[in-house]
Amino acid sequence: MGDNGYFDEMTEADGSVRQPYQIVSQWLNSQPSRSLKELARDAEIIFRRLGITFAVYGDQDADERLIPFDVIPRIISGDEWRRLERGIIQRVRALSAFLNDIYNRQEIVRAGRLPKRLVVNNNAYCPQMMGFTPPRGIYSHIIGIDIVRTGPDQFFVLEDNVRTPSGVSYMLENREAMLHLAPDLFAQLRVRPVEDYPEQLRQTLQSVAPPNLDGAPKIAVLTPGIHNSAYFEHSFLADQMGVELCEGQDLYVDDGCAYMRTTLGAERVDVIYRRVGDDHLDPLTFIPDSLLGVPGIFDAYRAGNVTIVNAPGTGIADDKAVYNYVPEFIEFYLGERPLLSNVPTYDCANEDECAYVLEHLEELVVKEVHGAGGYGMMVGPTSTKKERGEFAKRIKARPSNYIVQPTLSLSTCPTFVKSGIAPRHVDLRPFVLMGEQIRITPGGLTRVALKQGSLVVNSSQGGGTKDTWVLED
Amino acid sequence: MLGRNAANLFWLSRLMERAENMARLLDVGYRMSLTAGLAGAGDHLGSMLKAAAVDTAFASRHEETSFSNVAHFMLFDRENPSSIYNCLEQARTNARAVRTAMTQDMWSSLNDTWLEYARTHPNTITANRLPAFLGWIKKSAHEFRGALLSTHLRNDGYCFAQLGNFIERGENTARILDVKYYVLLPRSELVGSDVDIHQWAMILRAASAHRSYRHVYHDRYRAFNIAEFLILKREMPRSLSFCYDWIASTMVQLTAFYGRREACHDECDQMGQDLFTQSMEDIFRLGLHEFLSEYIARNNALSSAIAESYNFH
Repeated sequence: MGDNGYFDEMTEADGSVRQPYQIVSQWLNSQPSRSLKELARDAEIIFRRLGITFAVYGDQDADERLIPFDVIPRIISGDEWRRLERGIIQRVRALSAFLNDIYNRQEIVRAGRLPKRLVVNNNAYCPQMMGFTPPRGIYSHIIGIDIVRTGPDQFFVLEDNVRTPSGVSYMLENREAMLHLAPDLFAQLRVRPVEDYPEQLRQTLQSVAPPNLDGAPKIAVLTPGIHNSAYFEHSFLADQMGVELCEGQDLYVDDGCAYMRTTLGAERVDVIYRRVGDDHLDPLTFIPDSLLGVPGIFDAYRAGNVTIVNAPGTGIADDKAVYNYVPEFIEFYLGERPLLSNVPTYDCANEDECAYVLEHLEELVVKEVHGAGGYGMMVGPTSTKKERGEFAKRIKARPSNYIVQPTLSLSTCPTFVKSGIAPRHVDLRPFVLMGEQIRITPGGLTRVALKQGSLVVNSSQGGGTKDTWVLED
Repeated sequence: MLGRNAANLFWLSRLMERAENMARLLDVGYRMSLTAGLAGAGDHLGSMLKAAAVDTAFASRHEETSFSNVAHFMLFDRENPSSIYNCLEQARTNARAVRTAMTQDMWSSLNDTWLEYARTHPNTITANRLPAFLGWIKKSAHEFRGALLSTHLRNDGYCFAQLGNFIERGENTARILDVKYYVLLPRSELVGSDVDIHQWAMILRAASAHRSYRHVYHDRYRAFNIAEFLILKREMPRSLSFCYDWIASTMVQLTAFYGRREACHDECDQMGQDLFTQSMEDIFRLGLHEFLSEYIARNNALSSAIAESYNFH
């Protein structure tokens, strides 16, 4: 425990340095604070030039705000990582089995292990997917699992992201930036590489192309366009994979097949890594007036002529209300004990639990079931009385719209802020790819709450990122 | 490549060229304003706006054609579709949309220029700072072009960027000539007054040709030579003939790359046949203004034909 009562990943309560951080700690001690300031400035210049930006919804002028980057890397030992990796792979296998089941026989509902209402009344459930099995039976190919830590051996899964998780470009660019900024540190530590990711992503996409193609499958990334908050990532990934970056207007469906409009006319597309939401994917099947998608693409998909990655309807597996049942999925589908724990979650739709929640709002974190990005949530210990009153009213009005969790004591990492080096709370999003094999990139995206005491790491709420180093030991 | 990407490359390159031309025109206007006492200098600003094809837009925004109004309008006015601000912003927006089809060096050059420009407050560009600022804009456009030439694969994307560049440059030279064509007509050779010399100097400057002129002609400014220099001289990098040659050879590269011809290639060949097989004497005989109007129309038609043939959308 650090002296503030939280587990600090570098420094023990007695001031000693934890083993994985030995070299980083020496490095920090040998840096005059002026040079960290220079590093931070250099980093900003690097990112600005690369064009990495993140738009924050609700702030018009911030169309191209940079996510703050912290120059002190977060270190994960080889042992810690191996444990995490096993737990994450187990979890994605279970989520995958669940998706396969829910869009086919729904055994888990029949077995009474998951309430039917959580499926059929769920906005993320996509009835159009019933009875259709995508290539290799994989629905979610690109997954991000959000993990928090509260102690040396305490890791929890905070959230699963199986729709269109973002952030992987930051993982890659953060590493690129650190290689420029701190080559001396890399020379002393054996850090496992992450730069393979785009190639692995390409292989994953290829491996789920419709069967029996002549030649290599043609891949495209589908983006909502340059005004989307993650546009940089879409263009970055397309570029790194060497595939076309398309908007809806660049694609069309003819006679059950998907094509892109090129300078030479139509060219067949086999795999679409789409970064537009389900609702906007196909105006003929989903929201009719959406201009972001491709009319008819869903039928082409169901006919097996093009693969959509991730599949529509995967959101049913990362819904906040379904989250509670993931440990159940692991037991039901894999017959295993979960290696990674869920954060205990209160279901407000249950009367007893709801009563407890309303009594203890001050200690709890309230999240909207369908909220994301740190919007629509309340952190009890830092909330005002007025906010708690507001949320109590909302919970009573629509209990099933909220889940509630205890406020976790997220671990802290040394972070360079205005006042110098100080502990700040972090989480971790490792990235998983699922095609003919499951691959997990060592590390992932560490998000850090830059405000002192804050537990909200989302970039839309003033969070930053760090490079994450998994050591080869 | 995607038709949309081809269109974006074409336009971002075209807009960088336009930004450079706007800076050059404004530079000439600035020099004219320094010698405002001189007879005829007053309407130079007006002709400059006309050459930039923004005279009507300007008239709807300002009553007085003062230098400071013109400078602000050309540099920063968002209502002026061809203001340097708009050119750079739009070029960068196009570039963001084709990040996958351009090199890191091209992107950095464009992005740095835009970030710097967007940070510049109009009030800080006083008359004293203007020449240096315009010089910086020209230099930035050259840097972008340099990045295109030295880092881009010689593929279809490269060709579309070149086409945008030279279609814009040719149009710009033709417009400069056309707003002043009457001072280049043979009869004015007889006049050769101070005012004429001044006007000729302006035309040459607007095309960055006032120095190279002397290297080619070893003579004082003469209307006939000036017209020839900017229309038919193949070694002059802003002449109509030079621009057309680049376009035509780029079209050949494109045919080679794709292994097939499109309708726009016929359009291009025909344009060369009709316009660039004449001598300067022929052009004067048929009418300089008529020739320039025809060039502008054909250049535009070619631009549309390329967009059509290669599915810009």
